[in-house]
Amino acid sequence: MRRETLINTILTLGLLAVPLVAWAMDETYAITLATEVVILALAGVGLNLALGLGGLVSLGHAMFFGIGGYAAGILASHAQSYDPIMEWPFLIEGTQSMPVIWLLAIVASALVALATGALSLRTSGVYFIMITLAFGQMFYYFTISWPAYGGEDGLSIYVRDRFPGLNTLDPIQFFGLCFVLLMVCLFIVARLSRSGFGLALNAARQNETRVRAVGIEPYRLRLMAFVISGAITGLAGALYADLNRFVSPVMFSWHTSGEIMVFVILGGVARLFGPVAGAALFIILEEALDGVSDYWHIYLGALLLIVVLFARGGLIGLLAGRNGGGGHD
Amino acid sequence: MNLVLLIEQLLNGLQFGVMLFLMAAGLTLIFGVMGLINLAHGSLYMIGAFAAAAVASATGSFTLALMASLAAAALAGVIVEMVVIRRLYDRDHLDQVLATFALILIFSEGTRWVFGSFPIYLDVPAALSGGVNLPFGIRYPAYRLAIIGIGLVVAFGLFLLITRTRIGMRIRAGESDREMIGALGVNIAVLYTAIFALGAALAGFAGALVGAIQSVEVGMGEPVLILAFVTIVIGGIGSIRGAFVGALLVGLTDTMGRVLLPILFRAFMEPSAATAVGAALASMSIYILMAAILLFKPTGLYGSA
Amino acid sequence: MAGVAMTETLLEIRGMSKSFGALKASDDVSLDLKQGEIHALIGPNGAGKSTLIAQIAGSLRPDSGEVWLEGHNVTHQDAVARAKAGLGRTFQISSLAMEDTVLQNAMLGALGARRRVPGLWRPVMRDSDLRATAMEALREVGLEEFAHFRTADLSHGQRRQLEVAVALTLRPHVFLMDEPMAGLGAEGSAILVEFLRNLKSHAPILLVEHDMDAVFQLADRISVLVYGRIIATGTPSEIRANAQVREAYLGEEDEE
Repeated sequence: MRRETLINTILTLGLLAVPLVAWAMDETYAITLATEVVILALAGVGLNLALGLGGLVSLGHAMFFGIGGYAAGILASHAQSYDPIMEWPFLIEGTQSMPVIWLLAIVASALVALATGALSLRTSGVYFIMITLAFGQMFYYFTISWPAYGGEDGLSIYVRDRFPGLNTLDPIQFFGLCFVLLMVCLFIVARLSRSGFGLALNAARQNETRVRAVGIEPYRLRLMAFVISGAITGLAGALYADLNRFVSPVMFSWHTSGEIMVFVILGGVARLFGPVAGAALFIILEEALDGVSDYWHIYLGALLLIVVLFARGGLIGLLAGRNGGGGHD
Repeated sequence: MNLVLLIEQLLNGLQFGVMLFLMAAGLTLIFGVMGLINLAHGSLYMIGAFAAAAVASATGSFTLALMASLAAAALAGVIVEMVVIRRLYDRDHLDQVLATFALILIFSEGTRWVFGSFPIYLDVPAALSGGVNLPFGIRYPAYRLAIIGIGLVVAFGLFLLITRTRIGMRIRAGESDREMIGALGVNIAVLYTAIFALGAALAGFAGALVGAIQSVEVGMGEPVLILAFVTIVIGGIGSIRGAFVGALLVGLTDTMGRVLLPILFRAFMEPSAATAVGAALASMSIYILMAAILLFKPTGLYGSA
Repeated sequence: MAGVAMTETLLEIRGMSKSFGALKASDDVSLDLKQGEIHALIGPNGAGKSTLIAQIAGSLRPDSGEVWLEGHNVTHQDAVARAKAGLGRTFQISSLAMEDTVLQNAMLGALGARRRVPGLWRPVMRDSDLRATAMEALREVGLEEFAHFRTADLSHGQRRQLEVAVALTLRPHVFLMDEPMAGLGAEGSAILVEFLRNLKSHAPILLVEHDMDAVFQLADRISVLVYGRIIATGTPSEIRANAQVREAYLGEEDEE
C-alpha cells in the first residue's frame, strides 16, 4: 500500500472512530465537532478540485458555501411558516426534506458557478483571484441588504431538516449522513481526477499552451471544474446550515473563502484527502488553542505562514513525502 | 430629488473614490513592480487608523496623528516586507494569497489584543469640523472637502513621482524588466522595500483620514481592501492611472447607486419594497460594473495583457 | 508555384504580415507545404521565425494575410481549432506538463486526437486504445522505457523527443516543428534526422531549424527568412548557390 493511501485510510478510520467512541461515552460535543470536520472537509474537497487539480485560485468559494446554506435556510423557513415561496405561476412550497434541499443547493451553486466562472475564467492569475473574491463579496453584501431572509441577522432553522428513515436530530445519525456524503464526493473527485478530463485539466494547470496544441480548449475544462467544485462546496454549505441550524451572511464572507482555502493548504493541496486532514487540524487547533488564548487566530496565522513559507506539501505532504500529488497512474 | 442632494452625493462619491485611490495605488504599484498580490494591504490601512487614534488621544494634535499614521504604516510595511513579503516574490499567487491571509489573521488578532474589540474614535480636527458654503446654496463638511483636496494632491504627487523622478524611472524600469534594473546598479531589495513602504504609508494615511469619519476598529480595512481590488481590476492591474479612474468610478457608482436606485424603484414600487430592492441592487452595483467592464476588457481599462 | 495542383498543397501562407510597433516581424510572407515534403525555414536570429510559427499555429493573430490548411481558410481559427484541423506542433522551448509522467504527456496528445471533450468518469490511464497510441508514439521516438519517468526528470534531449512524440499521437496532417534538434547533440540529431526523413511520408513537415547540416540533409525545399521577409525559396542546392542568401545569411552561420 502506498504511504499516502495508508494515511488516507487512517484518516478515514480516525474520523469514523472519534464520533463512535464519543457516542459510546455520550459525549455529544465531540460528535458535533467531528461532524463539523466532515462538513468543512467537504467544502474543501470542492475547492480542491478547482484549486489543486485545476490551479484555479478561487477566493470566492464562500459564495457557493453560502448559497448552499441559504438554500437550506430559505426552504426550511418557508416550511416552518407554511408560507409558500411563490404561488404564481406555479406553487413552490418550502421543505424540510434534506434530499430536496441538497438538490437545490447543488443546482443553485452550479448555476452561479457557471455564470461567475464563465466570466472569471476569461481572465487568469491575479485577476481571477480578485474577481472571484469580488463576486463572493457581492453575495455577501446582497444578503446583508436583502431584508426578506433576515438580512444581517441571518435565518434560524428551528428544527433540523429531515432525511427519510433517519432521525437527523440524533447527532450520530446526522454525522453518519454527512460522512457518507463526504465519502461519495471524495469518490467522485477521485474518479474525475483520474479521468481524461482530470488528465487534461491537470495538464492545463501546468502548461496551458500544451493543452491547446493538442486541440483541447482549457477554458471549457476549467469551467466544468469550477462548476463541479462550486456544487460540492454548495452541498457542504447546506449541511453546515443544518449543523448549526442557522445561516447568516458570514457564510458568504471572504474569511470563509480564506478558511476553506486554509483547510486545503494545511492538509496538502492537490491531495485527495488534503482537505480532510486540513479541516481536522483546523478544528483541533481551534479547540486546543481557544482554551489557551482568546486570540487563537494569531497562532493559526503563524502556523499558516510557516506552512506556506517552509512546508509547502501541507500535512499529508509532510507525512507521505513529496510525491503523490495529482493522483494519476 | 433636488440638485443640492445630487451635488452633495457627487462630492461624497468623489471623496470615497479619492480614498479608494490611496489604497488602490499602493496595491497596484506593489503588484505592478513586484508581481505580488497583497491581501494584508487592508491591515496596513487599519494600522494607520489605530496609530492616528492613539496619537490623537495622547497629544490632541490631528497633524501629529496623521504623521503617526504614515510612520506606523510605513514601519509596519518595512518590517513585513523584510520578514515575510520578500520571500514571496518568486512564489506563485496561491502562496502569496495564503501568506498574506495569514498576515491578516495575525494583524487583526494582534490589534484586538492591544486595543480591544470595541471601536475607538478619532475626532475631526476642530478647524475642519464645520461646513463650507458652496455655490447653489450647498453646505458641505469642510473635513470631507479637505480629504478630497488631500487625496487629489497625493494622486498628483504620485503621478509626478512615477513620471518625473529618478526613483519613478526605477519603479517603471522594475515594472518592465527586473534584470535590467539590477544591471543598472540599483539595489533591488532596497527599492522593493521602499515601494512596499510607500504603498503601506498611503494605505495607513487613508485609514487615518477615513477613521475620523467612521469608527476605528479591527477589520475596518477589509471592505476597503476588496473595493480596492475591484478598483484595480477595473482600472487594469499595475496602472496608476487605471487605479485613479477605477477609484473614481467605483466611488461614484457605489455612492450614487445607494441614493439613486431606491428613488428609481420608488417610481414603480411601494416605498418599503423600493428601498429594499434599491439597497440590495446598490450593494451589487460596483460588482456589476466590474463584470460589465471585464466582459469587454478582460485586463481592465488601462491594463496590458 | 503555378502548375502545382491545389490538392497537393496542405499548408499555405498567403501574404502574411505582422508588426510590433515599427518592427516588421513578418513582411508579406508567403510559403506553402506540399504532400510528402520537408520544407525548412531558416534565417538568422531575430529574422522572425518564431513569430511566423506562432501565426501559423494560431497563437498569434497576423495583421494581414491568410493561412490555409488543406484547402480551408483557418486564418480566423485559434490554436485549438487548428490543432483539431490537423496541425501538429512542436515547440522551440519544450512545452510539456512537467509534473506528469512521460506517458501522461503522450496520453494527453492521444486524448486530444480524439477531437471530442475528454470524458469525466472513465480512468484515462486504463484506456487501452489511448495507451496503445501513446506507447507507439513513445516507441517511435525511443522513449518507451522512460514512459513512467516524471517529465521533469528527463534530460533536455529527451524532452525534445517527447515533444515530437506528443505531436505524433495527434496523427496530424501537417507537422509544424520549431527547432526540434536544439540541444540534442550530434548523436541525437542524427537519430532524429533519420526519424523525420521517414515521418514526412506520413505528413509533410514545416521545419524551423538552426542545425544547418540537418536542414541540408533533410529538406526538399528551403525558405530563407531575413528581417521578416522571405528572400529565397528553392532546393538545397539552389539555396546554397544563391548569392543573396550567402551574403545575407550563410556567411554568418558560424557565428551562431
